[in-house]
Amino acid sequence: MFTEFALGIAVSLVLLMFCCLGRAIIGPTAIDRVLAINIIGTKTVVIIAVVSDVFGEVFFLDVAIVYALISFLMTIGVAKYLDTGTIS
Amino acid sequence: MAMIAMILMVIGVFFFAMGTLGLWRFPDVYSRAHASTKCDTLGGGLILLALALKMGFTPAAFKFIVIVLLLWITNATAAHTIGRSAYKNKYPMREGSFTWKYQGGDEQ
Repeated sequence: MFTEFALGIAVSLVLLMFCCLGRAIIGPTAIDRVLAINIIGTKTVVIIAVVSDVFGEVFFLDVAIVYALISFLMTIGVAKYLDTGTIS
Repeated sequence: MAMIAMILMVIGVFFFAMGTLGLWRFPDVYSRAHASTKCDTLGGGLILLALALKMGFTPAAFKFIVIVLLLWITNATAAHTIGRSAYKNKYPMREGSFTWKYQGGDEQ
């Protein structure tokens, strides 16, 4: 029963992710797009964790950790590029 | 224990939905950053802590706790960096909101 419930949680998170993608498409400024992509990254980490519980594969959690780090690096890099015009 | 985990996960999805709603409805960049990142961190933390509770005292639960701590640190830092970048590039606030003297001035 918990497995089906977790699958429902993952599907609802995917639907919310598409709503955030709409803000990333129509966002009036570049910072809005960065915010929306940041939320999509967080939701992806949570979905990977939920799916690891559904399939019973513990090593998906390592994937989630690495994805969180890469998403954080992307956000920091884009924000710094919008701030100063260079990444260095 | 599975019942408590289900309730926590539903509350987490509720916070995710409120963050997405704030991302759509709020008028300017700063309020969108407030709504999205705060609710997002709370929702993700609740869902991952629910999964750790359901796991019990295992190494997988420890990894869930590690992911939660990582999300809390990185989301706060990313929100701070995004807000600082928006402020230094003079992104406009909503008309009629509170502004302070550096907004629109020359000095940083």
